[in-house]
Amino acid sequence: MCLAVPGKILEISGDDPQLRSAKVSFGGAIKTVNISFLSEAKVGDYVLAHVGFALNIIDEEEANKTMEYLKLMGDVE
Amino acid sequence: MDKKENTTGMMSCPLPISDYDAITMAHGGGGKMMNNLIEKMIMHYLSNNMTSEKHDGAVFNVEGHRLAFTTDSYVVNPVFFPGGNIGELAVYGTVNDLSMCGAKPLYLSLGLILEEGFLIKDLEKIIISIRDACERTGTQIITGDTKVVDKGKGDGIFINTAGIGIVREDINISPSRVEEGDVIIVNGDIGRHGIAIMTTRENLDIESTILSDCAPLNHVVQKLIDAGIGIHCLRDLTRGGLGSSVNEIASQSQYEIEIEEKSIHVLEEVRGVCEILGFDPIYVANEGRFIAIVKKEDAGKTLEILKKEDDGKYASIIGAVKGKNKKGLVTLKNLMGSNRILDMLSGEQLPRIC
Amino acid sequence: MKYLDEYRDSDKAKLLVDAIHKKVTKKWSIMEICGGQTHSIVKYGIDDLISQNINLIHGPGCPVCVTPIEKIDKAIEIASKANVIFCSFGDMLRVPGSNTDLLKLKAVGSDVRIVYSPVDAVQIAKQNPDKEVVFFAVGFETTAPPNAQAVFIAHQQGVMNFSVLVSHVLVPPAIKAILDSKNNLVQGFLAAGHVCTVMGYKEYEEIVSKYKIPIVVTGFEPVDILQGILMCVSQLEEGRHEAENQYSRVVTREGNAKAMEVMYEVFEICERKWRGIGEIKESGFRLKEKYSDYDAELKFGVVNYSVEESGECISGLILQGIKKPVDCPVFGTKCNPEHPFGATMVSTEGACSAYYLYKEKKL
Repeated sequence: MCLAVPGKILEISGDDPQLRSAKVSFGGAIKTVNISFLSEAKVGDYVLAHVGFALNIIDEEEANKTMEYLKLMGDVE
Repeated sequence: MDKKENTTGMMSCPLPISDYDAITMAHGGGGKMMNNLIEKMIMHYLSNNMTSEKHDGAVFNVEGHRLAFTTDSYVVNPVFFPGGNIGELAVYGTVNDLSMCGAKPLYLSLGLILEEGFLIKDLEKIIISIRDACERTGTQIITGDTKVVDKGKGDGIFINTAGIGIVREDINISPSRVEEGDVIIVNGDIGRHGIAIMTTRENLDIESTILSDCAPLNHVVQKLIDAGIGIHCLRDLTRGGLGSSVNEIASQSQYEIEIEEKSIHVLEEVRGVCEILGFDPIYVANEGRFIAIVKKEDAGKTLEILKKEDDGKYASIIGAVKGKNKKGLVTLKNLMGSNRILDMLSGEQLPRIC
Repeated sequence: MKYLDEYRDSDKAKLLVDAIHKKVTKKWSIMEICGGQTHSIVKYGIDDLISQNINLIHGPGCPVCVTPIEKIDKAIEIASKANVIFCSFGDMLRVPGSNTDLLKLKAVGSDVRIVYSPVDAVQIAKQNPDKEVVFFAVGFETTAPPNAQAVFIAHQQGVMNFSVLVSHVLVPPAIKAILDSKNNLVQGFLAAGHVCTVMGYKEYEEIVSKYKIPIVVTGFEPVDILQGILMCVSQLEEGRHEAENQYSRVVTREGNAKAMEVMYEVFEICERKWRGIGEIKESGFRLKEKYSDYDAELKFGVVNYSVEESGECISGLILQGIKKPVDCPVFGTKCNPEHPFGATMVSTEGACSAYYLYKEKKL
């Protein structure tokens, strides 16, 4: 499990907490995604979406750490 | 043949026709199930020396003239989709099939099956599109038929077009001409049509700017012919996508074909939708794309001609024909640089979560 | 696409492959839990790239594959009813039940619809008040919060013509069952990254401590999987057994509290039978009593079903990592994607399907 795709939040709407949703861009294709599990999500954040729900915000710092680690491996080679 | 004889004939047939009692949507997907239905049932009763060529159209001689003949039916839903409609599709699709045989498309027939309740103004838009598409392709509708079915029996409109073209004596384009060392070239990026259609499905709620790549191919094919390109085979990529078309040619020509994933271009937005739905772009439908299998020495010139076309920016060399292989094998060199088998699409791609 | 392309980069992958080769001093057996990881491994040929050092065992992390046949039969019985609109994720449509599958049922006239999100099924229920709408709620912990949210929304909005057929399975009990098995060959695990976005990885700390085996939470792209493997073999070579996190850009130790809150509001743990494996204690979810009005099994009276599984299909042994698809006598011959015997061939995440699509003709 499971197919989950990273996308960027373009706009947020919805007052009802269960139905709070965001327009998320996946490479330019926009899909409305339920963000009720992410109260702190904001426009510009990247989220991981699965079955129409955002499960988590992508941590850019952590992602950069991975890339840095790989870059260092390459430099050592 | 009377009924009893027919029944006996069916029961003694050694090939299992199908595990299915009824047609499913997968039988129309352009992949293995559709091919099985055609091979094991339809062709079992109807094959002859011309159908066994299995090319997009049939090429034959009539009193010294080489003609090409093809037919196709169009059931796309919605009938008006981003980038086109069923009318122009019905013209381009059949014209393109004739082009894939190396024919100059001349005349088309037009069969319309209209559902009770279909709006006249929508029909008019479609007919105007058909007229415009004929002008663009230099063809004419010279005969036709119109039927109406009860509401609920027709999905708006179904169209069948059959087309006839003329093939120059010196042209022989078919899977049988494929040779080891030939190069495979695609005329642009893939996956647009299938994804444009998917984005119209209300239940998927996807907004995108993707337009179908629906387009005529006869003019560009003529340019390749006029430039003296050693064209061995052409195939337009429709349902089942690039993956299925390459597999068809591999099995019809009985060669191993290797293609390279990184040479195949997919627009970012098309990729985005594919990622969301779990689709592989290599199996997504196209309507204005084809692959040309040409002599190695003509690859550069072919690419140059294709790139000059309006939508040809992403034309690219995607692979080559390897050695003979009875089963017809397609391998894909993936992004990691390792090879995997690229099979034909099984039924149809369904949106997945897993 | 950001956060995808850089994890499919072949140069980075090569660095990791080389690092794995340098690190290992003997051959290790590692299991990737999730079907999505299996798919990626076979699609990108990762197992071939590291085969001399690592034996990758494909785990049971395909909720489609492990849905018991009885559930499919129940789905078919419900979907066959005239006033029912049966909604499902696309994956489930071709999974064979005892006699047929949902796709074939659709072909003969049942109203079976593919939905992308469970909330879409609630929408369909609202739009069709005179019909009963049933949603096939399948998945691991990743999909449980969305499925729970759909039930919660239906409950809040008083949508009474909506119900769910639940077949949820949980990862940690499966890991324990594999480790407790006397045939176990697995020496380290790559845990399912997306499950952990919801659940975190606290619950693996008890497992690593008890069984003294490394577990690395891993993503799905080739670079993620290779890095996860590198982290896992590093632990094995160094004699460590910890719960580590490769997929740190979306997984935290604590997981997503809000998602878990909704999940535990609607679901509770129960026994669950896994197709091909058998019952694993406390490895499933069912609806809580409070939401029993939304339980399709109760609503349609399809509670007591019992089915014998096919003798020839060895998908259970494959799901436990004891056999590989090529060990199966009917693999690629009688059993193939067009005529699947078991769910590991139907689901694109299933080991058999992945092998068939990407490897079969090479044999």
